[in-house]
Amino acid sequence: MSTNAPTQTDPDTGEELHDVRLHVNGIVHQVRIPGRRLLSDALRHDLGLTGTHVGCEHGVCGACTVLLEGKPVRACLMFAVSAAGQELTTVEGLAAPDGRLGPVQQAFKECHGLQCGFCTPGFLTTITAGLRDNPDPTEDEAREMIGGNLCRCTGYQNIVSAVCRAAEIARLEPEGEQA
Amino acid sequence: MKPAPFSYSRPTTLEEALADLAADPDAKVLAGGQSLVPLLSMRLAAPSALVDINAVPGLDHVRADEEGVRVGALARHAAVMADPAARRVQPLVSLALERVAHPTIRNRGTTVGSLVHADASAEMPVVLVLLGGSITAASATGTRTIEAADLYVGPLESTLRHDEIATEAFFPALPDDAGVAFDEIARRHGDYALCGVAAVVRADEAGTITSVRAGYLSVSDLPTVVDLSEAFAAGAVDEASLDAAADLALASLEPAADIHATADYRAHLARVLTKRVVRQAHDDCTARREGDA
Repeated sequence: MSTNAPTQTDPDTGEELHDVRLHVNGIVHQVRIPGRRLLSDALRHDLGLTGTHVGCEHGVCGACTVLLEGKPVRACLMFAVSAAGQELTTVEGLAAPDGRLGPVQQAFKECHGLQCGFCTPGFLTTITAGLRDNPDPTEDEAREMIGGNLCRCTGYQNIVSAVCRAAEIARLEPEGEQA
Repeated sequence: MKPAPFSYSRPTTLEEALADLAADPDAKVLAGGQSLVPLLSMRLAAPSALVDINAVPGLDHVRADEEGVRVGALARHAAVMADPAARRVQPLVSLALERVAHPTIRNRGTTVGSLVHADASAEMPVVLVLLGGSITAASATGTRTIEAADLYVGPLESTLRHDEIATEAFFPALPDDAGVAFDEIARRHGDYALCGVAAVVRADEAGTITSVRAGYLSVSDLPTVVDLSEAFAAGAVDEASLDAAADLALASLEPAADIHATADYRAHLARVLTKRVVRQAHDDCTARREGDA
């Protein structure tokens, strides 16, 4: 049987609407949306999670990167209806429950990796997943890790430093341990 | 930058997906969406329906045996690239995948999707043609195999019918007497290449070259493969044979100008890359033979 079949039509436009359960940062949200609703727009407009930024909207800039089942993906290159039932992590989900900054956030603060801040959410999610796969990157590996994200302030040197510093913080403070 | 309305279905069996596709001649298949969604957002395409095959089981396999590498329609680039058996059996596939966009796009984009998107500036179509691979196409009326040589007919145009789903791609194994290489020049790492070249070089036990073939992306309307063997009739790779090979290649290519590069610059890149990649593939061939010995 087909999943996520349309349940209603929009009374104004006649467009088909789908009832979709989105699992974001450990919370389940129910939304009623058209099939064409981009995941980036569903997060921002339907769920109010405006941490995910929308830059180029065709997959080039990386500002909208979120984690889908732990892997970085472009939220602007997926339809929200396709993400139904899968675990999503946005930048809002990266800090500890008590609000303490995660290692990547802390490193961005220390290294001035955050300049105007527009691209930051995409960098934070990308690097969080990148360091999980490679906890001790060389500088070249750090550059490869962030190769799909653009910073219009061109703050790349500081961001590369932040990747290396985040790896160091994560080693010094294993997850769950208080500083 | 928002897609036009479409009806969306997410079938959970292949039969159902094929029925959904057959029901609407204007429907498109959605797998990774990394090429399709930008086209929809920019409204360069506005299909009336999308058939999302991500919930169809049994399509995400990467299998490698002595014949070659078989890649299912839902295998992501990242999974194919990371598969150690696939890398051993046909190293050109992972070499080329390393140049497909960047890691985040490779997490979602599918190799089969890239093949049937039929973009002559993409890496994987030319690799499939160069290796003499094929795809399996399923429709409500049965399945058929489409040889790579018969797959590409125009820019973004393949011989896959609208009611067919490409369920698997097959890349033949690298023969024992062969070596491969891949390189491309892009304005930024991860961008579409201004020119890219893949090569397969074969040599006999004495190290004498028996065949050289190269595949070109971003320099023609179609993924183009050129047999360069006659430039190496003397059996060795040297500056003269490499120059002759580049001349031979350029006779078969029609580099075009766009906002990123002039036609002359593309021709220059094709020349430089041909020489570089053939030399590397020959080195790879020698290294493999010595590794076996």
